Amino acid sequence: MLPRFWRKIKHRYNLIATKCENCGTYYYPPRNLCPKCRRKSRIVEVKLSGKGEVLSYSVVHEAPENMKDQKPYVVAMIKLDEGPVITSQLVCDCKEVRRGMRVKAAFRRCGEEGDAGIIYYCTKFVPE
Amino acid sequence: MVGIVSYGTYIPVYRIKAEEIARIWGEDGEVISRGLGIKQKSVPALDEDTATIAVEAAREAVSRAKIDPSEVDAVYVGSESHPYAVKPTATVVGEAVGVGNYYFAADLEFACKAGTAGMQICIAMARADMIRYGLAIGADTSQGAPGDPLEYSASAGGAAFLIGRKNVIAEVEATTSFTSDTPDFWRREGQPYPKHGGRFTGQPAYFRHITSAAKKILEETGLKPSDFAYAVFHQPNGKFPTRVAKMLGFSKEQISPGLVVPYIGNTYSGSSLLGLAATLDVVKPDERILLVSFGSGAGSDAFVIRATDSIESFEREPKVLEKIERGIYVDYGMYVKLRRKIKMA
Repeated sequence: MLPRFWRKIKHRYNLIATKCENCGTYYYPPRNLCPKCRRKSRIVEVKLSGKGEVLSYSVVHEAPENMKDQKPYVVAMIKLDEGPVITSQLVCDCKEVRRGMRVKAAFRRCGEEGDAGIIYYCTKFVPE
Repeated sequence: MVGIVSYGTYIPVYRIKAEEIARIWGEDGEVISRGLGIKQKSVPALDEDTATIAVEAAREAVSRAKIDPSEVDAVYVGSESHPYAVKPTATVVGEAVGVGNYYFAADLEFACKAGTAGMQICIAMARADMIRYGLAIGADTSQGAPGDPLEYSASAGGAAFLIGRKNVIAEVEATTSFTSDTPDFWRREGQPYPKHGGRFTGQPAYFRHITSAAKKILEETGLKPSDFAYAVFHQPNGKFPTRVAKMLGFSKEQISPGLVVPYIGNTYSGSSLLGLAATLDVVKPDERILLVSFGSGAGSDAFVIRATDSIESFEREPKVLEKIERGIYVDYGMYVKLRRKIKMA
């Protein structure tokens, strides 16, 4: 778990995506090849603005063990302004969330390996 | 010219009123609130800690400065509630801000003055031409034992200051420190809550150190209280900074823009720095601010800061005051859950 988390720190702390300069499509999670352009792909790394809007959402009432203390909470599909759609926790009042709501990225804890283990940090979203 | 190039702040959105804490412990909320000069305090969410607060404040500071994050050559995070006992918060901040890998970094701890200690390090490094920009951050999710008077004040928040030589919005004209071995407040290794010397935290600790540092810097610079538009003193509660201002000859008007403790409590390493940020939100060119922090154990860092013309074009929105006003109130039950005071089976 530790090396797997460490390898993705760059993409978890910031929304570092890839962009195909041939067709202008952004990919998050990043891709090494543009499926549309294939061999003509010209992939570069870019930092996304972290701003977007809620496409759809669920309010989680039956949470996994490590999220029980935060229930009920919102998991939303967020369409970022650059195009990619991300599924993420949206930290807000469950009654406040609605489709089309403007949101922005925030730096939060997303888990920990018990009291003595590593703490995981990541990007979540909050109302803009 | 070396000084503040930018600043950013973060205050968690949850608040608990002093009355609500008093209700649980059978005390008179109104009397306590008036006695401490604290109406309410900020409370971190379950997924917030000193690192997340430091990152949000630092990101705001770097974005307002409109610089490339890779120009930040130093990151110092002062806190008494670093998420790890061993493993730096500064590396989390450096990575999240995107400063690259070639940067000076360390975590600092000096009770409530670790953030201003970081500022002094960055100022010295900028003067020595070792760095282009340095981030000095004070952030905390401070702890108060249930039922202890500290529970009314120990809160969460932080501020980040970008120090450098270019595009300075407020020059640091002078800085000095007064330090002594005074055990007024401490937390032993492995202990969840701090202990304090009660009334001993006043005269021999807070007042002695703040007045000594302030008098020294006034003497060194030849300035007097009337030369300052504003003053910010460490704010463990609302009473101490008001009293120390009077002792030193500063008026209520001079300290009022930076007195944030009545509405968010004592954010420890973030406390005097959030006060400075709130004051920088209203300062005009050429106006001077006296900043004096205090950290138990004990020491005070004093700074003479003068706003430059660049402050007028600097982006100061959203202001600290707006962040203070955006509160969601929680009751004591929710508070103990958010602060992880409930022992789970």
